[in-house]
Amino acid sequence: MNDISRNALPTQPLTWARVRPGRRIADRTLKVVCALFTALGAFVLGWILLMLLYEGGSALSLDVFTHVTPGPGTEGGGIANAIVGSFILTLLGIVVATPVGVLAGTYLAEYGKGSKLAEVIRFVNDILLAAPSILIGLFVYTLMVPPLGGYSGWAGGVALAIIAVPVIVRTTEDMLRLVPGSLREAGAALGAPMSTVIVHISWRAARAGMVTGILLATARIAGETAPLLFTALNNNFWFRPDLMGGVSNLPVMIYQFALAPYENWRSLAWAGALVITLSILALSVVARLLLKKDHAR
Amino acid sequence: MTSIAVTASRAIGNAPAANPTAPVRIAVRNLDFFYGDFRSLKDISLDFYDRQVTALIGPSGCGKSTLLRTFNRIYSLYPEQRAKGEILLDGQNVLSPSVDVNELRARVGMVFQKPTPFPMSIYDNIAFGIRLYERLSRAELDERVEEALRKAALWDEVKDKLRQSGMGLSGGQQQRLCIARTIAQNPEVILLDEPTSALDPISTGKIEELIEQLRTEFTIVIVTHNMQQAARISQFTAFMYLGELVEFGPTGKMFMTPNKKQTQDYITGRFG
Repeated sequence: MNDISRNALPTQPLTWARVRPGRRIADRTLKVVCALFTALGAFVLGWILLMLLYEGGSALSLDVFTHVTPGPGTEGGGIANAIVGSFILTLLGIVVATPVGVLAGTYLAEYGKGSKLAEVIRFVNDILLAAPSILIGLFVYTLMVPPLGGYSGWAGGVALAIIAVPVIVRTTEDMLRLVPGSLREAGAALGAPMSTVIVHISWRAARAGMVTGILLATARIAGETAPLLFTALNNNFWFRPDLMGGVSNLPVMIYQFALAPYENWRSLAWAGALVITLSILALSVVARLLLKKDHAR
Repeated sequence: MTSIAVTASRAIGNAPAANPTAPVRIAVRNLDFFYGDFRSLKDISLDFYDRQVTALIGPSGCGKSTLLRTFNRIYSLYPEQRAKGEILLDGQNVLSPSVDVNELRARVGMVFQKPTPFPMSIYDNIAFGIRLYERLSRAELDERVEEALRKAALWDEVKDKLRQSGMGLSGGQQQRLCIARTIAQNPEVILLDEPTSALDPISTGKIEELIEQLRTEFTIVIVTHNMQQAARISQFTAFMYLGELVEFGPTGKMFMTPNKKQTQDYITGRFG
């Protein structure tokens, strides 16, 4: 390109290009450094995924999905109870968190515009978003475990919900803020009360983004370990119908099995890690597809 | 006079002349408007006549859109904005707190500068406003939707895709959809805030024809930056400047023999 432009303008050599020769070097250097570190990041991520695929993949078998976790010193076994338990806890968490998060996010975006209260709530929500999850586990333990008389899926679900709420609040608010004010005005101009405008116009316009936020929050809590350590705990049985006495789940199972002296436990931990990762990947892909589909419309 | 005035005077022939016996539909009395502390309308008093098109013209920031937005109190969505004075719609002051703002907005429809189709089907876009205030059977609703789309000259273009999203229409079609949505509620007054400024000339022409037809049923107030448009479609014109009403009169007179020099200067393009 440079050569062509020089040829095109023979009477005016591009002297400015030579004014600061260091500039081109700096330009190249930054590009190379950025590329290097990107490659480093991608390499580490790839390494993790490959190791996970290798170790987890070789641990996978039909038994993994059909048998419960084995007791100490027992051969074989699977993680069926942990998979189902994780599913229940995540579902419980997201079912509790979604209405709270969506309504609070709606308040911030639609009703609380410019109000002091909304500003405070937004700030607190951001703190909660960054709160160490072990703290939330401890909080729910104090609040629920002794009063309920022991570990339970309920406590685990609530702990996961508390992790998910700030994520949903944030994405809901952000997505609603992207809805143009002119659309709200148009709704109001037809004589629609604010509640109708919010439910039928704002929510509808922001629907894909809001659902994406909920899916991403689901992905987030599906892999949380710390909040479950002293709420849902973990065990080697199927969950009880009343969800009391602890519920087996993948993250805590991985934590306990990975460090165990039994070969089959460690291999099941890898299988669990692979199952979680693939589930989260699937959720993220669905979330992206939803957003894409909405943009295409 | 300059060519703009000539074009305008020629264009005046298009719209029927002002009806001098039309009753007053909206009477604005001593209206002041404030954005926070800034007084953007100053003591406006003005009448709008039944089933006539009144154009509000003036340079940007003169308050014409602000005035329009007081008629349905849409400004009240923003807490820092307030209006003082009286706007009498059929004798009732719409600024009075006792007036239900949502009922008012069903009686006084509004179409905005940029088309604002709701993220729903074409059918639901129209049905949305009707459902707010009427309980209709499916068949009755179908009928009302068709009637509104026909009146907005959009029916033939969309009748086979009523279930498709309104967002998929062209800009001009979207704007006619918004007009259809407004007239579906059978309002008394229609406020148009620069409804063609985001449209191409052909779409603009269609909207102007539409306004001409709608005038037989509705009282129309239109804000426009386009002098020729005001001349083409309106029976009355109000010229505003810096928050004040400079001159108001039948469009023909406003464009041919305005009383104030300021009006003539603006219309002939000497400022603004």
